[in-house]
Parts: sequence; C-alpha cells; structure tokens
Amino acid sequence: MIPLSYYLSLSAVLFTIGVVGVLTRRNAIIVFMSIELMLNSVNLTLVGFSSFLGDVRGQILVFFVMAVAASEAAVGLAIIIALFRNKQTVNIDEINIMKW
Amino acid sequence: MNAETILFFSVAPVAVVSALLMITRRNPVTGVLFLIVNFFCLAVLYLTLHAQFIAVIQILVYAGAIMVLFLFVIMLLDLGDETRFAEKGRLRKIPAVALATAVLVEILLTVGVLGSPAGQPERSVEIGTVEFIGHALYTGYLLPFEITSLLLLAAMVGIIVLAKKKLG
Repeated sequence: MIPLSYYLSLSAVLFTIGVVGVLTRRNAIIVFMSIELMLNSVNLTLVGFSSFLGDVRGQILVFFVMAVAASEAAVGLAIIIALFRNKQTVNIDEINIMKW
Repeated sequence: MNAETILFFSVAPVAVVSALLMITRRNPVTGVLFLIVNFFCLAVLYLTLHAQFIAVIQILVYAGAIMVLFLFVIMLLDLGDETRFAEKGRLRKIPAVALATAVLVEILLTVGVLGSPAGQPERSVEIGTVEFIGHALYTGYLLPFEITSLLLLAAMVGIIVLAKKKLG
C-alpha cells in the first residue's frame, strides 16, 4: 500500500508546476491551463485524504470542485474570446487596460 | 511490490513530465494534448485510491469536455504567429521559479513533518462507488448539489453574453 505522503508530494509537485506556468507564461490560454492543473493537483489531495480517512466528503468536494472548474473554464474561455475580438492578441502583457 | 505500487510509480512520473511539457511548449495545442495525458494519469491515480466515480468523471469532464473546449477555442482564435510571440524576459522567470520552489519545499516539509494519518489501515473499497457517492449527494448534500445547477445556469448566461457579437 502506497503511503498518503506519496500522493501529497506528487500533488505538491504538480501544484508547483502549475504555479510556475502561471507566473512565467505570457499566453493567456496556457496560463489558464496551468490553473486547471493546479485545481487538479488539489483534487488529488482531496481524493487521497478521502480514501485514507475512509470519508466520502472529500470526494463530494472534488465533485463540486469539478463543477466549478467546468463553469470557470467556460467563462474564462469566453472572456479570452472577447479579449481577442477587441485586442487581436492573447498575450497578457499587452492586455493592461485595468492596470494603472 | 504489489500492483498498486507499480501502477503508482509508472504513472506518477508520466504525470509530472507531461505537466512540465505542458508549461514549456510554445504551441498551445501541444500543451492541451500534454494536459490531457496528465489528466488521464490522474484518473489512474484516482483508481489506485479506489475512487472509481471520480476517475470516470475526471476523464469525462476534464479530459473530455473541458479540454475539447480549450482546443475548440484555440482553433477558433486562429492564433497564427501568436504561437511564437516573444516570451521575453528570461530574467523575470527566475523569481517566479524561486517562489514556486519555496512553496514546494514548504509543502513537502509539511507533508514530511505530519506524515500519513495513522488510522484506517484497511481502506474501504465501496466508498468511491457511484452508489455510495450518489447516495451521499442526494441525501446529505442535496442543497449544495441543487445550488450547483444555479451556478451552471449563471455560467451559461454569462458565457452567452460574453461571447455574443455586439449587434449594431
């Protein structure tokens, strides 16, 4: 049987990769995919705890996280489409109208 | 060394490598495909944790619906030469990687200090089945479940408003 700490460590590594992706990439779509990766790594933590503690609540929470992630992905991509229509780019360095 | 351990140690490196490739590829389509590989690896890991329902949902919703949406949007946008726009400023990546590494070290230290929970040596197989989760969802978690439908409705309305072409 694999110890829980292995799953938690893998989840931490995936989360860190997601953080690096968000902080270093300039393409809005790839930044968005990195956020999905971070959400998934947290889901792995929740399922791991749920399984090791014999408690179904962790998996219920994962279910809701997935519902929120699906809505968030759809809304985010709609925002990217609207941005691209206005600015003809998805480079987040050029999208700075909210910056002052 | 049982099957579970072999499965974990064959899938976990693939998950990490595909995640790394996802954030380093220039072409977003390649990135999406590597992210799908990563999601399949996570589904296999959920199976090793006896979370069958979550594993199936992971493939259906994430690898299926969400990533198809990503591919669809990338192809809709016709990025063209956008794929090689200047990812300039190698210098500013250093603090980003340093910060992320600090986060990683902190989490790993916490995991190492806390260790695995001692209780529950024999893990329940039934807990992850559709029957068990469905029962929990439709009894104790009925209200959050119904509120999720409102969330999806709000998302749908928002997307239509955002993506609609302005008339006139």
